[in-house]
Amino acid sequence: MSTDTLLYLDNVTVSFDGFRALNALSLFLQAGEMRAVIGPNGAGKTTMMDVITGKTRPDEGKVVFGRDTDLTRLDEPAIAALGIGRKFQKPTVFEPHTVWDNLLLALAGDRRPRFTLWARQSSEERDRIEAILRTIRLADHIKRPAGDLSHGQKQWLEIGMLLAQEPQLLLVDEPVAGMTDAETEQTAELLREINKTRSVVVVEHDMHFVRALGVKVTVLHEGSVLSEGSIDHVSNDPRVIEVYLGR
Amino acid sequence: MSKVSTILCLVLILGGAGLLAAGNATGAVPTYAISLVGKYLCYAMLALAVDLVWGFAGILSLGHAAFFALGGYAMGMYLMRQIGTRGVYGNAILPDFMVFLNWKELPWYWHGFDNPLFAILIALAVPGLLAFVFGWFAFRSRVSGVYLSIITQALTYALLLAFFRNDMGFGGNNGLTDFKDIFGFSLQSDGVRRGLLLASAGFLALQLVVARYVVTSRFGKVLIAVRDTESRTRFLGYRPERYKLFVFVLSAVMAGIGGALYVPQVGIINPSEFAPANSIEAVIWVAVGGRGTLVGAILGALLVNAGKTYFTGALPELWLFALGALFILVTLLLPKGILGLFARSTARPAPPVVEPAE
Amino acid sequence: MPLLRHLYFLACLALIAASLAQPAMAQDDPFAGLAGDSFDDIRHGIETLATSGAPTAAAVIAALQEGNLYSGPDAALFIKTDDGWLDARTGKPATEVAEDALSPVKMNNGVRRAAEAAMGSLELYSPDAAIRRHAAEAVLKSRDPAALEGLTRALAKESDAGVRRIMEQARASALLATPETTEAERLAAVATLRARGDLDARAMLASLTAQPPAVAEAAATAVIAIDRMLQLWGLAQGVFYGLSLGSVLLLAAAGLAITFGVMGVINMAHGEMVMLGAYTTFVVQDVIKSHAPYLFEASLFIAVPLAFLVAGAVGIAVERCMLRFLYGRPLETLLATWGLSLAMQQTVRSTFGASNREVSTPQWMSGATQWGGITITYNRLVIIVFAALVVAALMAALRYTALGLRMRAVTQNRRMAAAMGIRTPWVDALTFGLGSGVAGMAGVALSQIDNVSPNLGQGYIIDSFMVVVFGGVGNLWGTVVSALTLGTVNKFLEPLAGAVLGKITVLVLLILFIQRKPRGMFPIKGRAVES
Repeated sequence: MSTDTLLYLDNVTVSFDGFRALNALSLFLQAGEMRAVIGPNGAGKTTMMDVITGKTRPDEGKVVFGRDTDLTRLDEPAIAALGIGRKFQKPTVFEPHTVWDNLLLALAGDRRPRFTLWARQSSEERDRIEAILRTIRLADHIKRPAGDLSHGQKQWLEIGMLLAQEPQLLLVDEPVAGMTDAETEQTAELLREINKTRSVVVVEHDMHFVRALGVKVTVLHEGSVLSEGSIDHVSNDPRVIEVYLGR
Repeated sequence: MSKVSTILCLVLILGGAGLLAAGNATGAVPTYAISLVGKYLCYAMLALAVDLVWGFAGILSLGHAAFFALGGYAMGMYLMRQIGTRGVYGNAILPDFMVFLNWKELPWYWHGFDNPLFAILIALAVPGLLAFVFGWFAFRSRVSGVYLSIITQALTYALLLAFFRNDMGFGGNNGLTDFKDIFGFSLQSDGVRRGLLLASAGFLALQLVVARYVVTSRFGKVLIAVRDTESRTRFLGYRPERYKLFVFVLSAVMAGIGGALYVPQVGIINPSEFAPANSIEAVIWVAVGGRGTLVGAILGALLVNAGKTYFTGALPELWLFALGALFILVTLLLPKGILGLFARSTARPAPPVVEPAE
Repeated sequence: MPLLRHLYFLACLALIAASLAQPAMAQDDPFAGLAGDSFDDIRHGIETLATSGAPTAAAVIAALQEGNLYSGPDAALFIKTDDGWLDARTGKPATEVAEDALSPVKMNNGVRRAAEAAMGSLELYSPDAAIRRHAAEAVLKSRDPAALEGLTRALAKESDAGVRRIMEQARASALLATPETTEAERLAAVATLRARGDLDARAMLASLTAQPPAVAEAAATAVIAIDRMLQLWGLAQGVFYGLSLGSVLLLAAAGLAITFGVMGVINMAHGEMVMLGAYTTFVVQDVIKSHAPYLFEASLFIAVPLAFLVAGAVGIAVERCMLRFLYGRPLETLLATWGLSLAMQQTVRSTFGASNREVSTPQWMSGATQWGGITITYNRLVIIVFAALVVAALMAALRYTALGLRMRAVTQNRRMAAAMGIRTPWVDALTFGLGSGVAGMAGVALSQIDNVSPNLGQGYIIDSFMVVVFGGVGNLWGTVVSALTLGTVNKFLEPLAGAVLGKITVLVLLILFIQRKPRGMFPIKGRAVES
C-alpha cells in the first residue's frame, strides 16, 4: 500500500439475511483523487457508503483510512470527526432551520453539548459561512428555512454543509438526481472545484455527468468490482455493457 | 417560541401570582384558590419539562410524572420528618406509618431528610439520576420513537408497583400525608400558602427562561436537528445520545422541582402519582397548548387543569369523556395546539416526521 | 351444613338397620371402654369396638368424633341427635334419658387419633371404592400398628388396583411402626413408601425412629430421592403456572401483534378491546340466564364469536373514523388512541356501572385434576388450549386466506400492493378489525380469571406491549415465545421475590433488554428496516 492511499477497502463483505450486499469488495482511493462509482441497482453502492461512514458494520474485511485507522471499529460521529463527510441520495438538510443555521451546525468545530450550549457565533465562523454561501450560490437565501428551498438548492445546501465540515474525503451519493441539465452542469463544476483540495467519491447513475467529471470510474456489480479505469475504458468493457450499460 | 410570547408569559405568571397573593392578603381571594393555582403552576412545570423533551428532542416520554412524583416524595419525606411528635403515635423519629408497621428505626435512606436543604437537593438529584441512568442506556442503544415511549411507561409502572409496597418504606398505599410544617411555619397558614404560590410562579418563570435559553442556543439547534433527522447529525459528527441525555436529565430535574413544590400545596403524595395515566395526561397538556413552543405547554397545563377542576366538580361523569375527546380532537384537528392557531407567522414548524412503520 | 345433616340421617338409618338385624348383644360388652373414665379406657374402648364387628360401631365412633357421644352411669351410652337421643348399643331412639346425669365422652388428641384410625379401618370394607381409598389414606397418615391386622384383611379382599396400592403403602407405614417387623419387611416397606414419593411419604420416612441401621440408611436415601422428585414436580408445577400466565399474556398480546406488529399502529385502546370482549361475555350470560338457562354451559362458545364481532366492528369503526388520518404519525396515534381508551372506559362505566360484573364459570371449566405431583385447574388448562387455538387460527388466517395474503402484501409494499389493485384502505380497516377482534376473544377468556370491570383493559396494556416488543415486532412466533417466556420467568420469580417484586423485576429486566436489543429477541433483519 503506497503512502498516499487515503482509503482502502480490503475484502469487505456485508450480508443481510443471506443476501450479500457487498462481496469481498476491495477498493483503493488515492489522496486528492476523485472517483466515480457506478453500477446497477443493488450493486452495493449505498452499502459501500454505509460501511465507510460507520452506519453498517461489515461481516468481514477492513476499511483503512489514512495511514492506519480501521474505520470498522468506529461509529458515525467518530468517522465524521476524522474528516469523512457524506451527502445522502435524498437531500437531507435540517428543514426547520435557516440556510445559515444549517451551515453553522455543519461548520467544523467542537461538537460536544458543553460547547454548543454556551457557543456564540464568532466573526471567523461568519466569514466561513459567507464564503461557502458564495460557493453554493445560496447567499440570497440565508434567512429561509431549508425546508422551503427547491430540490436543487437543497442538494447544494447539503454539499455546502459537507464543505463546512472541511472533510478530507467527501462521499457524494447521486448528487444530480432530479436536477435540470443546467444544474447538473453546475454541480459537476462544483465537484471539480472541491476536488482541488479534497478527495471525493461520487456515486452516480447519470453517465453524462460521470463523463463530465472526467475521472477514474469503478463499476460495481453484485457487491464487488466489475471493472475499473477511465470512462472510455469501462464503457467499452463487454462485461460492463452486459450487466449495466446495455447494448 | 417567539420572544414576545415568552416575555408575555413571564409577565402573566409572575404578575398573576403576585396579584392573587396580594388579593389573598387583603381577603379578596380565598386561600383554596391560592393553593389551586399553585397546584396548576406545578403541573405547568411538568408540562414544560415534557415539552422540552418531546417538542425539541422528539422523545415522547410517557413516564415523566415519575420524575415529578420522585421530587414530590423527597419533599414529602422532609415534611414527614417535620411532623415530629405531633403524629398519632407521637414518635419523634419515626413517621406514623413506620410505627404502625412496627419498625424500630428509621431506614438509612430516610436519614438527613430532617434537613430541608438536603431534601431539596434529593428532590433534584434523584429524578436527575434516574433520568441519567435510564437515558444513558436508552439513547446509547438508539431506542427511539414509540419503543422509547413504551419503556418510559413501563418504568413509571414499575415505580408505581414498587411504591405501593409497604416494605419500600414510603408509606405504601397511603403515601405520605398529614404534614404540619414547612421550614418551621404552619402549612395551614395563609402566608405559607401565598409563599408557596409565589415560589411556584418564580420557579416556573425561571424554568421557562432556562428552557428557552437551551432551545434557542446552538445546542438547541442541534437538538431540533436531532429530533427531525437524527442520522444526519451523526454524519456531521454530533453524538445525538449526549444531546438527548442532557436535555432528558434537565427535563427530569425540572419535573422534580414541580413535584417538590406540588406536595406541600396539596398536602399528600401517594403512589397513584406514578400512574401511567398521569404521564400521558401531561403530554396532552402540551399537545393542547402547542408542542415545541414552551409557552404553549404552560398554557395547555393551566387550561386543561382548570377544565378538569370544573368538570370533576360539576359533571364528574363527563370528565373522562371530555379528556378522551380532547386527546382525539387535538391530535386530529389541532396538531399544532392552541398556539398554532395564532402563530402562523413564526418559524415554520417541522413537517410531520414520517417514520417508517417499524 | 346440609352434608352433616345427611350424615346424621344415614347414621340413624344404619343404627336402626343394625339393631333390627342383630337384636342380641355380645356377651362381652365392646362398648364398655367408651364409657370409661380415663382417656386410656376410652382409647382402648375405641379399638375394641372397631375390631368387635358391632354393626353400630361406625356410627358410634363418628358420633364420638363429632362430640355427640354421651356416657352416663352404668356404662350407659347415648348419641345426641337433632331429634333426640339414640341408644348407642341398639341404635334405637331412647326414651327416658336422664340428661342431667349424662356427660360427653372425653376427648384428647390420643382419643381423636384412635377414633380416626378406627374409622379408617372400619371404612376399609366399604363397598364404595372412593371411601375405601379415603380410609386407606387415613390409615396411612395415622401410622397406627393397630390397623395392621385390618389392613391385611382388607388387602386380601381388595380388587381395585389403585386402592390396593394405597393400602399397601398404608400397611408399609404401619409395619414400620410395629416393633415385631423384620428388617427385610422394613426395607420393603421403605421401598413402598419411596415409590409413593409425596410429602406424606417423605414426612413418614424422615420421622422414622428406632430402626435398624440398614433401614435408617434406606430411609435417608429415600428421603433424598423423594426430595429430588418433589423438586422436579415443583418445577413442573411452576412451568404449568408459567404457561398459564404466559397464555394469558399471549391472548392479550396476540391482537396487538397484528395491530402494532404488522400494521405499526400504537393502539393504546387495545386493552379496552379486551374489556369489550369480557363485557360481551357478561351480556351473553345475562341474556342466557334470563331467557335460556339450559344454554348456560355453552355460553362461552356463544360469547367467543360474538366478542370477536363486537370488538372487530368497533376496531373497524375506529380505523375508519380516526386512525386512517394518523398514519405515519405514531406518537399522535398513541395519544389519540389513549383518548379513545378513556372514552371507552367511561362509556362502559356509564352503561354497566363502575363495579365488577360477575361472569360465571361453566361447570365444565371448574375444578381441578391431579396429574402426578401437579395440580391442574381446568379453567387454566382451557385458557392455555384456547390461546393455542387463537394463535393457530391467526397464523392460518394470515397465511392461507385472501385477506391474509393482502395484509402481508400491504405491509411489505403498500404502493406496489395498491398498484396491483388491492384496496389498501379496506385491508387496513380489516386488519385492524382482525387485531381488535382477537383482543375481544381474549376478553372472553380473561373474564374467567379476572374481574370484569371498566378498568380490566388497563391492567394488560403495558404487559401486552412489552410482550410484542420483547418478541420482536412483526413476528407472531416471537410473540408466542416472548409471552410464554415472560409468563414462566414471572412465575418462577414469584416464590423468590413475592408477586409484586417479581413483576417489578420482570419489568426492569425487560426495560434493560429492550435497551440492549431494541428490536426484540427475533428481529426482522434486512435493509428495509434499517432506514
